[in-house]
Amino acid sequence: MLTEFGKIFVFIVLSLVFVVISVFAAKLIRPKRPTTEKLKVYECGENAEGTPWIKFNIRFFVIALIFLIFDVEVVLLFPWALVYKSYGIFGFLVGAIFLILLGIGMAYEWKKGDLNWDRPKISPPVIKKENN
Amino acid sequence: MFDIIFYLFAFITIGSALIVVTARNIIYSAFSLMLTLFGVSGIYALLGADFLAVVQIMVYVGGILVLILFGVMLTNKITNVEIKSGNRNIAVSLISVSVLSAILFSVLLGTNWKETNSQIPETTLFGIGELLITKYVLVFELLGILLLIALIGAATIARKEE
Repeated sequence: MLTEFGKIFVFIVLSLVFVVISVFAAKLIRPKRPTTEKLKVYECGENAEGTPWIKFNIRFFVIALIFLIFDVEVVLLFPWALVYKSYGIFGFLVGAIFLILLGIGMAYEWKKGDLNWDRPKISPPVIKKENN
Repeated sequence: MFDIIFYLFAFITIGSALIVVTARNIIYSAFSLMLTLFGVSGIYALLGADFLAVVQIMVYVGGILVLILFGVMLTNKITNVEIKSGNRNIAVSLISVSVLSAILFSVLLGTNWKETNSQIPETTLFGIGELLITKYVLVFELLGILLLIALIGAATIARKEE
């Protein structure tokens, strides 16, 4: 008898086997005639230019950081959500206080503008009048 | 059957952990860290700790690994510096690692491992939830405060100075 995790494991193994078999079967069957054009990095038909190692916007990191904290919060809420009904109003209040605490954090982030995206400031071109 | 799957997960964990420390390119290290964390979660699932296994994937693979990858990609002036890792201070680290593993092994051999014949429960979630509401209710609320502090602290550190 398989447990639920056993079923997931079977799915993972099947998907791995499927990928490996299809890639290797294709490698066996297909003709191989490489040219310089074919071996180039594919970038939607454009010639690739420069390095892919660009510096990302710092906002991605902050959003990921905030996501991680709410991720942990959700993890703690799962077991609570399963059983709180059998404890009546007390069980509900326990989770409600927890959620309000995190809500305060969310409101703080929102108010302080940590959720806003950093955009480069656009300075419109100004035509200067020459004084004669 | 259980043993085969256990050794498979153990092999995945240790093998990818080896790649993490030996890979020259730090991105390869980060991606093999994902396999390591998956392997650990598989071992948790095998031991019947279903909640821990899912949390491992949700928090470590879904959150912390993404954070590490962003950290690598955000590194300043990445175009001029080759992001590679090397070996340094081999003698010192050899001593500290052997001392640490000696301590771990002595604990491993000296512990009285408990054995029970009881069936592995279908899910441990209900038990954890009941404990969170009854016995550890204060800890649960304190965790909320701790998370709030972490949230505000992280945002404050990451914010641009005006």
